[in-house]
Amino acid sequence: MAVNKDSNGYTFGFAIALVVVVGAILASVAMATKPFQEKNEAVKKKMDIVKAILPKKQAEKVTRKNATAKFEEMVNLENAVVLDMNGNIHKDNITGEAILDVDIKKEYRDKELKEKDKHFPLFVAEDKDGKKAYVIPVVGKGLWGPVWGNICLDEDMRTIKGATFDHKTETPGLGAEIKQGFFIDRWIGEQITDEEGNPVTFEIVKDNSGAKEPVKVDGITGGTITSKGVEEMVNRGLKPYIKYFKTLKQ
Amino acid sequence: MSEVAEKTKAPRESLFSKKNRKLVTDPLTDNNPITIQVLGICSALAITVQVEQAFWMSVSVLFVLVLGNMVISMLRNLIPSRIRIIVQLVVVASLVIIVDLMLAAFVPDVSEKLSVFVGLIITNCIIMGRFEAFAMGNKVGPSLMDGLGNSFGYAWILILVAFVRELFGSGTLWGQPIFGDYIEGNGLYSIGYVNNNMMILPPMALIIVGVIIWVQRSRNKALIEDH
Repeated sequence: MAVNKDSNGYTFGFAIALVVVVGAILASVAMATKPFQEKNEAVKKKMDIVKAILPKKQAEKVTRKNATAKFEEMVNLENAVVLDMNGNIHKDNITGEAILDVDIKKEYRDKELKEKDKHFPLFVAEDKDGKKAYVIPVVGKGLWGPVWGNICLDEDMRTIKGATFDHKTETPGLGAEIKQGFFIDRWIGEQITDEEGNPVTFEIVKDNSGAKEPVKVDGITGGTITSKGVEEMVNRGLKPYIKYFKTLKQ
Repeated sequence: MSEVAEKTKAPRESLFSKKNRKLVTDPLTDNNPITIQVLGICSALAITVQVEQAFWMSVSVLFVLVLGNMVISMLRNLIPSRIRIIVQLVVVASLVIIVDLMLAAFVPDVSEKLSVFVGLIITNCIIMGRFEAFAMGNKVGPSLMDGLGNSFGYAWILILVAFVRELFGSGTLWGQPIFGDYIEGNGLYSIGYVNNNMMILPPMALIIVGVIIWVQRSRNKALIEDH
């Protein structure tokens, strides 16, 4: 059997067959590993919330293994609420375990979904002395892909007590540094509202003034676009919650 | 790297014949992909800050290179020569995606740490180099051995560099503190020892690789080029 391997027909035929086979293999591997990945992500979500609440030293000790137990110990899902963009309880009235299923990353990406239908979950943690902490998940855009995080507020509902930031594809060593402790530390202690409870606008700065001045946060050298992405994410993401806290205080 | 495929002739030789064993042992020392052929330097400098990352990167490369070499070798008589590089790329790329999915499913912490570097295995010249120079011209058995040899050659350099960088840069090994707690300042740190931050920076990876090359060439004069 003599097949001319240099003919156009053979070349195209080979390419098409290869792509079909490879496509089928990849699709089946993706489907087979999906349940595991989803489970990992659910744990990761809890882990991030717990890390945002705990002080740095303890947060470092949170692993995938103990995250779920810690989450259940600290966060009472009965107290958690889901808000709409105006800071009212969302009309879908999601409560309990179902709040964890709210996928804000997916909703953020979804161009079809109207702003007013988006969900804004708020987790409430309580320590042994009954002191409360509020955890707000946020999502935004970095340079190459999505960035997300959790902002934990103190009992006064305005001072940032802890945070986590994460990303998918930011540049290692530059934008990817947002998940490091030193960048998170720059946010701790900032206040998200003024005395009257009106929102402030955070600003990422390059002149090193972040540590001294309120509402200013030092960015990451070489990671300006990612830092700005975090800035936009925090400013936009906190808005519904600030409205909610205002009504709570009244 | 030789441009021409290195041919192994004997029609039926055992997988563990002397020649085939050489395919595994050669890349470990005298034909090491990193120190002699100077390929795959990019990843050698990017993910050698911690031993754990280097280990998982090596495992990923091992998987991609061994399987890829075998697949290409099996298809070598079918692949149209005009699109062979593209076919090789498709094979590497799909294997890398499989590795990425597997890591995310079963070792999520590692997957997060390696992040984009897994995707960058596609551009690791060692892999394309072995496909083009070896697997395209040899049977499946020798290609398997060649894949193993080159991955191990890559792995030991990677892990050695990571060992030095993690130990002196962060004072840990596989994430475990060796010299005491840096933040609390006990152990060696209490008598004034400090971590060398330079080790964390990429240039140190090149310097360490350079030292390995130097040691290697001073032991085997045949490796020194004339020019």
